[in-house]
Amino acid sequence: MSAWHRPASLTEAIGLLAEGGVVAAGCTDLFPATRRQALSGPVIDLTRVAEMRGISETRGGWRFGAAVRWSEVLSAALPPAFDGLKAAAREVGSVQIQNAGTLGGNLCNASPAADGVPGLLTLEAEVELAGPAGMRRLPLAAFLAGARRTALAPGEVLVAIHVPSHAAAGRGAFLKLGARRYLVISIAMVAARLVVKGGRIDRAAVAVGACGPVASRLPALEAALAGIAPEDAAAAVSEALVAPALAPIGDVRGDAEYRGVVAVELVRRALRGLAAEGMR
Amino acid sequence: MNRAVPMIRLTVNGAARPVAADPARRLSDVLREDLGLTGTKVGCDAGDCGACTVLIDGAPVCACLTPAAQAEGCEIRTVEGLSQTAEGGAALGALQRAFLRHGAAQCGICTPGMLMAATALLKEVATPTEDQARAALGGVLCRCTGYGRIIAAVCDAGRDMVGPAPSAGAAVGAALERLDGLPKVDGTEAFGADLWPAGALVVRAVRAPHPAARFVFGDLIDWAGPRQVRVFTAADIAGENRFGVIPPFADQPALAEGEARLRGEAIAIVVGEAEVMATLDLDDFPVIWEPLDPVTDPEAAAGARAVLAARPDNVLTRGRVVQGDAAVGLAGAAHVAEATARTSFVEHAYIEPEAGLAWLEGDVLAIRACTQAPVMDRDDVARVLGLAPGKVRIIPSAVGGGFGSKLDVSLQPLIGLAALKTGRPCRMVYSRTESMQSTTKRHPARMRARIGADASGRICGMDFEGTFDTGAYASWGPTVANRVPVHASGPYRTPNYRAETVAMHTNNPVAGAFRGFGVPQAAVVQEAAYDDLAQALGMDRLAFRRLNALAEGERSVCGQEMRGVGIGACLDALTPRWEAALAEVAEFNAAGGTVKRGIGVASCWYGCGNTALPNPSTVRAGITRDGRLVLHQGATDIGQGSNTVIPQIFADALGVAVAEIALVGPDTFLTPDCGKTSASRQTVVTGNAALRAGWALRAQILARTNRGDDARITLAPGKLLVADRTGTAEIALADLAAGAQGYVLMAEESYDPPTEPLDENGQGVPYAVYGYGAHLAEVAVDMMLGTVKVGRITAAHDLGRVVNPLLALGQIEGGIAQGLGMALMEEYVPGRTENLHDYLIPTTGDMPRIDPILIEVPDPKGPLGAKGLGEHVLIPTAPAILSAIRHASGARVTHLPALPHRVLRAIREAGR
Repeated sequence: MSAWHRPASLTEAIGLLAEGGVVAAGCTDLFPATRRQALSGPVIDLTRVAEMRGISETRGGWRFGAAVRWSEVLSAALPPAFDGLKAAAREVGSVQIQNAGTLGGNLCNASPAADGVPGLLTLEAEVELAGPAGMRRLPLAAFLAGARRTALAPGEVLVAIHVPSHAAAGRGAFLKLGARRYLVISIAMVAARLVVKGGRIDRAAVAVGACGPVASRLPALEAALAGIAPEDAAAAVSEALVAPALAPIGDVRGDAEYRGVVAVELVRRALRGLAAEGMR
Repeated sequence: MNRAVPMIRLTVNGAARPVAADPARRLSDVLREDLGLTGTKVGCDAGDCGACTVLIDGAPVCACLTPAAQAEGCEIRTVEGLSQTAEGGAALGALQRAFLRHGAAQCGICTPGMLMAATALLKEVATPTEDQARAALGGVLCRCTGYGRIIAAVCDAGRDMVGPAPSAGAAVGAALERLDGLPKVDGTEAFGADLWPAGALVVRAVRAPHPAARFVFGDLIDWAGPRQVRVFTAADIAGENRFGVIPPFADQPALAEGEARLRGEAIAIVVGEAEVMATLDLDDFPVIWEPLDPVTDPEAAAGARAVLAARPDNVLTRGRVVQGDAAVGLAGAAHVAEATARTSFVEHAYIEPEAGLAWLEGDVLAIRACTQAPVMDRDDVARVLGLAPGKVRIIPSAVGGGFGSKLDVSLQPLIGLAALKTGRPCRMVYSRTESMQSTTKRHPARMRARIGADASGRICGMDFEGTFDTGAYASWGPTVANRVPVHASGPYRTPNYRAETVAMHTNNPVAGAFRGFGVPQAAVVQEAAYDDLAQALGMDRLAFRRLNALAEGERSVCGQEMRGVGIGACLDALTPRWEAALAEVAEFNAAGGTVKRGIGVASCWYGCGNTALPNPSTVRAGITRDGRLVLHQGATDIGQGSNTVIPQIFADALGVAVAEIALVGPDTFLTPDCGKTSASRQTVVTGNAALRAGWALRAQILARTNRGDDARITLAPGKLLVADRTGTAEIALADLAAGAQGYVLMAEESYDPPTEPLDENGQGVPYAVYGYGAHLAEVAVDMMLGTVKVGRITAAHDLGRVVNPLLALGQIEGGIAQGLGMALMEEYVPGRTENLHDYLIPTTGDMPRIDPILIEVPDPKGPLGAKGLGEHVLIPTAPAILSAIRHASGARVTHLPALPHRVLRAIREAGR
């Protein structure tokens, strides 16, 4: 029999964590990892921690509680910059998974194929961590330390994800490639966000997932896109601007070479889609 | 440990259900085990299949991923709640009735999950579009239906209506709702895991982590004692520790003896009280492994270490059919095409993992488990456990999908051993991983075919070779090796023919029966070569096939004179759509773009029943003294519909309405043997026995009453009324003496399809009845990503006589789904795809529009002309899709499945 703690506050949660235990939220990764019918405890269930709930606009941008479920992202009123994140939310597992799985869980599980990561990278997301030593903030890219590895220190939890106001601008897009339509792990995925001013790309953010141990931004491409017309963006994409940021592996879903090729094509399509959206 | 079990206040279907349970337990487990709500099914325990979908505060979630603690204080709704009326009574809701009306439930294991996901959708949108329904149900997998009937039911749930029931004599041909459908939609269907007495012990297996390894046990008693469990191994098996579906080849131990030959092979069972077993850790089970170099490549297996000492060259068996001289035929051909193909292990992926219960009834061992072959199970269990067959009673549970894999025993000998040793009821449920690791797969094949045609396009010779990876044990390997050469020509006139196969042992999973027994693999290489020949001849691909289609009275490659040949009619039926689609494709592709469309065609034929071996069915029907008509329907219904089709045939033969019939299922103590549900044989073989039983019972009744052939028989309490023009006669049933079976009137008839043995060249009469079909696939290929979207499949099938068009449609759509999966995504890799998120089967969003065309070319030996359908339906799908991919993109994919990376590589190799 395991103890099941459902702390209502962050202070309470951190206190419980200090005593040790398994951190749980949507449980969509924890249960598949065990053959047993129960999680081994003690379990610290974060889904009722007030600080980890809700989506809100703050002075500095947008704040997503770590225990926000993907279906909440889908139904939230968010600016077009978050369209990519919403598209990703629709692709996380199935409706059943979206009703249970959380943003924070997706990040802390740190799968190379985590659907939420590319979109959040293009939104310049920062993570807010809390632990016995207090609070700290890290860029998402620094939080994701590798495949299944994060920068969480012992006793520390992910409290919220922050998107700064400057990154909540423009419009976002997300494309996922899998071998079937629903309930599929990505072979490759791409998120992009363009801020267009005066018919020119003012800022571009592009990230690729499932093509390396962690999803990554494409700084060389982003630099090349700055200042050009959105309708010319897709044509500006080249393998040389994409490949250096990737480290794809081959697995049952596809080989490494294929991942490299389709990543380039998906980037083009995401940019083409954003340009077309902008025309409307 | 020793913490008090807290009360969790659950609210289920509107009622407070407080339960003392570990808050960290899966809600699915609490619902099933503690609250008895077994309508919620468990298919994977990982959120991959959606069978356990329940609503929490109206939102669909996987109960297997929901800790009980998080459901506390919420409104939980399960399938059982769907049939509750506001007044607390029980009545099906409109959605459930739509599921019955549309044939949306086949085996029924996914149905509760589908119903719950659809209920959530219908609350948001009263009349959803098909796309909305597909998106809402995308998280629930179904392996039987191909989703078409399910989507139709969800979209039609608002239009509640009841169809008329067919009257006496009009059952065959009617689109009858399945007679066993009600429990599938109200959550009461009891599958293998759903029924157990309080206090039943739980059995778990210890399995090999290596594909090949010797092992020795440590001190089992020392390990088991403190854990309050018992361990049984091969040393505890009293009988002959070898089972197998084909007795002369039986070679598979129920528990391995000193050497494991495949990953996941059981080496021991552990038995204990349920609460002990729930937390038992098997990781420290005392066994020492000595891994061996595994044999993994079937083509290199001949010179490798012997997997089984009895077969030192690793050859299980060879198959051969030779007619005329293939070399001469090919030498004289104007065009010769050569094609190769390589296919993968394909997992059956039924949503119900193996499960069952064993107990003792006096000196009889009773086993209730999911199966396709109760009498074969009885004989295998009896052999292994050292019992007389009459001391084993097999009671098939509802079966949550089989497709061939549940023909072999799995857990039956294990739970039987546990029950014998403990004297207590013992139950076992495989985990998804156990199910995938340890049960059979479709044979991977490496095939080569050379086919020649003369200048006019007529086939003049064919040479085929195939190596099949049969894995560690025989299972159905011999059947595959023999069926393939008989069928590898396709339903085409092939005068000079040589087809040879070999089934090789490896340390891979056991390959066995899977819908089509190797024929779907062979069709891939044959149809690819046909496309090459059509191209070389400058002929239309469909016209080329039509030219070579077998005609009535022509001889097959086995020299059999063929009757009731429907392939020509099937190909003709595709012609209008073929011509229209060719024009549409040309227009679409001319517009440019990265997506190209293409179409493809392929055929099938398939002999129904065992290959040149007896496979009788016996059907008993009786009337009780109180006027009940009972049909002992021994054809195990695994979702395909025997529980409906066989009564339809019987009802018309006897001349009563289907609604008058009470069914008794294939319990080996109650019902005569109707053989196994495989080889598309039940409609043909059991149907013929049912037809004869109906006729015989009718003849008895007419003879007793001296009425004419056109008399009407009416059942009434305690009597039968038999009326013709001369008047109504009455049989007072109470006046008659009941026979040993308890019936005052009874008929029992057998049917064994007439076949003739095959000679050393495979010449003879392998089957009495064949079915035919052809598919036209329309696809769109993304030329930059290599992804394939199948847009539409037109499926023409010759059923001889359509007994039930609704069930036939379900078979066609379901078979196409499996064929599509085999073509595009399904590849089982031991150790890597042992779950339903790495092993992919099609979802609602992957299925095309399907236009079925039912054709009736009666078979002289089929019941009322009927032919089998179950396996035929998936044979043409993969080759038609591959043909369409090539038409669209130039990509010649020879390694299945055609995953995007393989398609893109093939596009580049084709220079597009």
